[in-house]
Amino acid sequence: MTNHTTHMRTKGYLLLALACLSSAALAVPETFDFKDPKGVNNATFKLDAPLEALSGNATGISGTVTFDPVAPAATTGKIVVASSSMHVGNPMQQQHMLSDKWMDAAKFPDIAFEVKELRNVKTTGEVTTADITGTFTLKGISKEITAPVKFTCLKDKLSQRVPNQKGDLLVIRSTFNIKRSDFGIMPGQMEEKVSDTIELTLSIAGASPQ
Amino acid sequence: MRKSLLRAVAAILIVAAAGMWLAAGANRGWSKTTVPVKRTDEVTGITVDDYQKRFVPGIDFLGAALLGSGILAGASFLFRAKRPQT
Repeated sequence: MTNHTTHMRTKGYLLLALACLSSAALAVPETFDFKDPKGVNNATFKLDAPLEALSGNATGISGTVTFDPVAPAATTGKIVVASSSMHVGNPMQQQHMLSDKWMDAAKFPDIAFEVKELRNVKTTGEVTTADITGTFTLKGISKEITAPVKFTCLKDKLSQRVPNQKGDLLVIRSTFNIKRSDFGIMPGQMEEKVSDTIELTLSIAGASPQ
Repeated sequence: MRKSLLRAVAAILIVAAAGMWLAAGANRGWSKTTVPVKRTDEVTGITVDDYQKRFVPGIDFLGAALLGSGILAGASFLFRAKRPQT
């Protein structure tokens, strides 16, 4: 009887150890690559000045993010948007926007955000929300900004986007405002037509193949 | 004759331009040569604006038509009306 109890206990401990090991295995952070073969990843920008509204998007997204759904606060990574991929409907506005007076896309080809830390992290199911703080670099000027962010971890969904490739997807969404004057983009000039405040919306999906 | 013709062309120009502008959605911004067309990825739910080549006339188009029409109408005044010979 005693032997049987000891045996059962040992079995129980083994099962517990296995459970701990498997959850530890689940807790391994994954690195997601945001170079999207589907060309869906995008950052939109909206400017609403008293005389003119302007909007467009940029699809030249790259970068990696290391994310662990069990410990999302430990998220690290960097997302880069190619300045030259910025697009607006009017060709003259497009030319002006990328010129050396405004974005100077030739000299400053990258717009980047590098994660520093996450606060107010809340996870419900596959969705994690937080306030993300990081270094935002635009036109060669780096500033620390904080923005609300939503991570959606889609387990084993990579094969639905890329056939014959198993893995997970991570969708990141964030909307925040910046001031162009903070980044040396024609500060104080033409604000009646090109607003100082720019609303940026990031909608990107990264893949972590297994 | 020339006077009437210029005025008729001026009127046709402005009416056609206004009609085209209205038909294209009365865009009160600048003219566009590409327009956004939404595409949604079914797996991630991300929506992206794909820009497709299409001309959408804006207020600059209307202004140019108005200017052209005004020049034609103004030029019509350079021609003197023929006086009936007595």
